[in-house]
Amino acid sequence: MKKLNLRGLRTRTVRPGPVAPGDVLAEAADLHVRLGAREVLSGVDVEARAGEVLALVGPNGAGKSTLLGALAADLPAAGGVVRVHGRPVSDWSAPELALRRAVLPQSASLSFPFPVEDVVRMGRAPWAGRPEEEEDDAAVASAMAATEVTGFAARPFSALSGGERARVALARVLAQRARLLLLDEPTAALDLRHQELVLRVCRERAREGDAVVVVLHDLGLAAAYAHRVVILCAGRAVADGAPAEVFTDRLLSDVYKQPVEVFPHPRTGAVMVAPVRGS
Amino acid sequence: MTVTDEAVPDDGPPPAEDLPVEDMPDRADRAHQADRVPEAPPVRAPSPRTRRGAPWLLTVALAVLLLLLTLASAGLGAYEISPGDVLSSVAHRVGLGGGELDRVPESVLWNVRFPRIVLALLVGASLGCAGALMQGVFGNPLAEPGVIGVSSGAAVGAVAVISLGLDFLGTWTVPAFAFVAGLGTALLVYSMSRSGGRTEVVTLILTGIAVNAFAGALIGLFIFLADTAAVNQITFWQLGSLSQATWPKVWAVLPCAAAGLAVAPFYARKLDLLSLGERPARHLGVDVERLRVVLVLVVALLTAAAVSVSGVIGFVGLVVPHLLRMAAGPGHRFLIPGSALGGAVVLLAGDLAARTVAEPAELPLGVLTALFGSPFFFWLLRRTRRRQGGWA
Repeated sequence: MKKLNLRGLRTRTVRPGPVAPGDVLAEAADLHVRLGAREVLSGVDVEARAGEVLALVGPNGAGKSTLLGALAADLPAAGGVVRVHGRPVSDWSAPELALRRAVLPQSASLSFPFPVEDVVRMGRAPWAGRPEEEEDDAAVASAMAATEVTGFAARPFSALSGGERARVALARVLAQRARLLLLDEPTAALDLRHQELVLRVCRERAREGDAVVVVLHDLGLAAAYAHRVVILCAGRAVADGAPAEVFTDRLLSDVYKQPVEVFPHPRTGAVMVAPVRGS
Repeated sequence: MTVTDEAVPDDGPPPAEDLPVEDMPDRADRAHQADRVPEAPPVRAPSPRTRRGAPWLLTVALAVLLLLLTLASAGLGAYEISPGDVLSSVAHRVGLGGGELDRVPESVLWNVRFPRIVLALLVGASLGCAGALMQGVFGNPLAEPGVIGVSSGAAVGAVAVISLGLDFLGTWTVPAFAFVAGLGTALLVYSMSRSGGRTEVVTLILTGIAVNAFAGALIGLFIFLADTAAVNQITFWQLGSLSQATWPKVWAVLPCAAAGLAVAPFYARKLDLLSLGERPARHLGVDVERLRVVLVLVVALLTAAAVSVSGVIGFVGLVVPHLLRMAAGPGHRFLIPGSALGGAVVLLAGDLAARTVAEPAELPLGVLTALFGSPFFFWLLRRTRRRQGGWA
């Protein structure tokens, strides 16, 4: 599955320029999104900056995945604008966007039983026929190692468990080596160890200067790994800031309609979040 | 609101330093590229590599088989011609020595056998390739022009031409109408049977039933309208036979088939990506809308080419890609040309069998492929159902 694909059919695409830490790689301004008749997002402002892990949290149906979908250019804006690398998403072609952002969908599926390594290699497709194609093997190998899927590189994707599939999908997204990563619940199917692993990978990518936007349900993970958190509730962003600032008993209890307490870890002082349970 | 790195507990996640290096291979990779001892995992696990040889082996095997079958088809039949004579005559025609045969064998060879062989190759390659493309576009291994009704749709166009006695495009009239009707059917089926980027098996099969029924009714109507000569022609054509092969027929379908076969391989990698689903494919830079339109067009071209000479020959497009996928993996880079080659082999073998098994009578080719293809389809249905745990 390599070279002969698009030659001659590709229109001229603009290569991504350099990215400096702090650059806004994805941005939603006064974003409204409708799904059918329902307005799922009503006036959301979000910025994802290079060098930062941004976590989107909030209760079910708050619009987290919709926001991610809008940033990924999957869903059209009914109002407001979404910009990626400084330009409205509608101004980019699909191949141009693919060089700039990678998206991990909530569930990974595959119509045909490709082996794991081939699936990860699909992440390199946007670079086919470009100088970066040289990095294909290295990008695939390091992405598979980072997500610990190297051990079953040869197995067909369809034979994997849910958690293994999720990691393979993540490996594919990492192999794309786009500067903006949009991850929809990358930890949902994973065990404790792999949840930590995945978020460490996110931090690592941010340290290398990428912008990472990640939808999370586990507030503890968000507190531990995100540089910044946006709390969504009923289609609006109700808070935006460092986890230590925005995670408060009051706000979280309100948003989740469930008493929540936020407290420092007795030993490390890290922010901990737990629901208040009856004794 | 604006928070920079300082606001975050300094190195964020607890003790990144304590982790063994293997746990952070991404960093290790970039940092110590030079001095790192490659205890790192190999880039490719051994098994895919050995399997990567399978496509080449299969290609060679199929090509050899195709040559042998061509030779056999040219020689065998009511009038036997030895392989040596066949080769000698071919060599003579292309100007590489050899010698002309007697008048009768020379005529049998060049006016009866070879057009038929070429037609079988074209039709088989078209059907195999169309099957592979369609399964890729639908993301479903049960998709095939015959099963979902594109063949019948194309057949309506062809029958209309024969029945109404149209010929304003000369020999291209039948293929042209078959193409237009097939394209319409393919677009219809495609838009009806997909939801959320995927095609449920049930939807696909039911759509196929509906389309086949409707196409059958239209064909019936055209037969009703046709005069006796046209009815005879239609009936004969419907059985799916290559016995009426002539060079003009070859020229009539060649453009359709050649165009489709030439374009298809360029979409191999995009089809691979499409198996991830529509959105992920788009995220990887595939213009999914355009891909669909182009491929539906190509499928219609190929199907029209096949149908307009030989009626509805089912299951070739289903069985061939499936067997190849099992043998060499689902990568479309091999699957598309491989299916064309495999389809040609199957149809040539089928046609050879059809005209020699019950000599001097001739079995209809469509009957023969359905005889072998249907059980395979049963098996595939059962297997798919087992995997999915039911249809609903």
